[in-house]
Amino acid sequence: MIQFILKRLAVAIPTLLVLIVVSFFLMKMAPGNPFAGEKTVPQSVLDNIYARYGLDKPEWQQLAEYIYNVVFRFDFGPSFQYRDRTVNDIIAQGFPVTFTYGAWAFVAASVIGIALGVVAAVRQNSWADYLSVGFSIGAQVVPNFVMAPILVLVFTLWLRWLPGGGWNGGHWSNVVLPVVALATSYFANIARITRSSMLEVLGSNYIRTARAKGLPGWKVIFGHALRPALLPVVSYLGPVFVGMVTGSVVIDLYFSTGGIGQAFVNSALNRDYSTILGITILLGALTITANLVVDVLYAWIDPKIEL
Amino acid sequence: MAPVLTVKDLSVRFALHDSVVTAVNNLNFTLEAGETLAVVGESGSGKSQAFLALMGLLAKNGSVSGQALLGDVDLLALSKTELNQYRGRDVAMIFQDPMTSLNPALRLKQQLAEVLVLHKGQDQKQAETSAIAMLERVGIPEPAKRANAYPHQLSGGMRQRVMIAMALLCQPKILIADEPTTALDVTVQAQMLDLFKTLTDDFGTSLVLITHDLGVVAGVADRMMVMYGGRPVEKGTVDDLFYDPRHPYTLGLLHSTPHIAKRAERLDPIQGMPPSLENLPKGCSFHPRCAFAFDRCLAERPALTALDNGREKACFHEGPMRYGKVA
Repeated sequence: MIQFILKRLAVAIPTLLVLIVVSFFLMKMAPGNPFAGEKTVPQSVLDNIYARYGLDKPEWQQLAEYIYNVVFRFDFGPSFQYRDRTVNDIIAQGFPVTFTYGAWAFVAASVIGIALGVVAAVRQNSWADYLSVGFSIGAQVVPNFVMAPILVLVFTLWLRWLPGGGWNGGHWSNVVLPVVALATSYFANIARITRSSMLEVLGSNYIRTARAKGLPGWKVIFGHALRPALLPVVSYLGPVFVGMVTGSVVIDLYFSTGGIGQAFVNSALNRDYSTILGITILLGALTITANLVVDVLYAWIDPKIEL
Repeated sequence: MAPVLTVKDLSVRFALHDSVVTAVNNLNFTLEAGETLAVVGESGSGKSQAFLALMGLLAKNGSVSGQALLGDVDLLALSKTELNQYRGRDVAMIFQDPMTSLNPALRLKQQLAEVLVLHKGQDQKQAETSAIAMLERVGIPEPAKRANAYPHQLSGGMRQRVMIAMALLCQPKILIADEPTTALDVTVQAQMLDLFKTLTDDFGTSLVLITHDLGVVAGVADRMMVMYGGRPVEKGTVDDLFYDPRHPYTLGLLHSTPHIAKRAERLDPIQGMPPSLENLPKGCSFHPRCAFAFDRCLAERPALTALDNGREKACFHEGPMRYGKVA
């Protein structure tokens, strides 16, 4: 197990390097550059700016220096867009925000989704099943860019319970709406996957064995059925976790939370090379970590999988 | 002595899309303490469903009526919660497919111990010790080590031994074994039958052996009940039914079994197909496949009637039957 984790972490390093290289060249291939604007700037000024950010050097050298700085100094460089901020600053400021509402949304979506899925499966074809399936579908068909304004309309403008935006240092009242808006689009899928997988497990021979032992219903479900039923759910949750904690531009936009999602999209639009790369590496590292956690969870759920 | 189990008018029905099929129709039988009753029939004869119904394990669209008296408790009248006190403790069941009947995610000792924790109120540690002792009894080598294993680390035969151990933990009054050897190698089958015999004798457990394999019946059973189309067609001791079958279906089953002394090129199966329960033939349900059927069989259903030596049969045919000479 420890060996497996170490091995995977070792593989992660070349993976991230490949990610950097590919992203770097894709970025350079995109038309425009951070300093291209509508205003015509004298070539001499541009040359000065290029020299200041190292853009006058050959691309392979830029790449090599970038990798050197990231690996040995953990320095992701200065932002090309905001003169007095480094990429480290941008990430340090935005990521905690994103992580906070993302992680809460992940927990909320997982708990609600799995609970609804289990209830629907256990009470298959009853009103409880129809209600939770209906609720899930309802949540799924409303995308978060529709959900967010509806939430603001109801809870901020009509009921006046919660602020409609801002972060306020992560005060709970500012966190609730982004969490709800982000979670709704995911819990429906989680509920659907849980339900169908739970139904399959409940029809299996070993559940019949558990019932034949005289175990009470809740013990059959939580002691015998839930763990095997979660296998497909867990494989879905890995990427969902990454998607959530790396934020959503929609959430950042509607709730002015100042998370990293918006910073990422802005950086891409502005050709802010260093910020694009920095956030891409962050996403890559998170994805690799989440996949590793999923694999370890797999082994815990299904003893047939040996690490 | 009073029988351990008395089943009266047991019927099992399944609601289909737009109809109801009767899988078991007015089944009556008794099970004596310590005896082994074989329940024999083709697929779809209702033999498994009758006993799944006793255990409260019917599929969701199934319903059951009648009585099943365990002592003076009617198992079929109990709520699910009440039934949970009896199943696993007084009545245990083993299933056909040992490969899938154990939970793949739990260690064997967890799956075994929970039965004792539940029914005997033992603490986890005590229960695990008893579980290991039982694993040893069913012939699992290194039981203390194997108890920590997961099901996939065991062979099919070993898993069926674990299932037997699990079923016998509470020394039940009745053990229902639904095709317990069907999925196993022939050599393992013989070991398994030995094990059944030894353990049920030791514990005084009555064994119900549901099977379509007459070889298995001959090896271990005291009495047998032959079922066809959801109804019993012949009951009696194994010796009587094997040496002197009185129902053409029993005769057909015996004839379709390969025999080591006969060098037959081909087996001699019963002609035709088992009937569809949705559409049972009128009269005796076996008549379309019966070599001895006559007018009355087409019009009227023969009732189960008592013969000598506690035997019963449901057939109008009288006198000897000579197989292969179709009139």
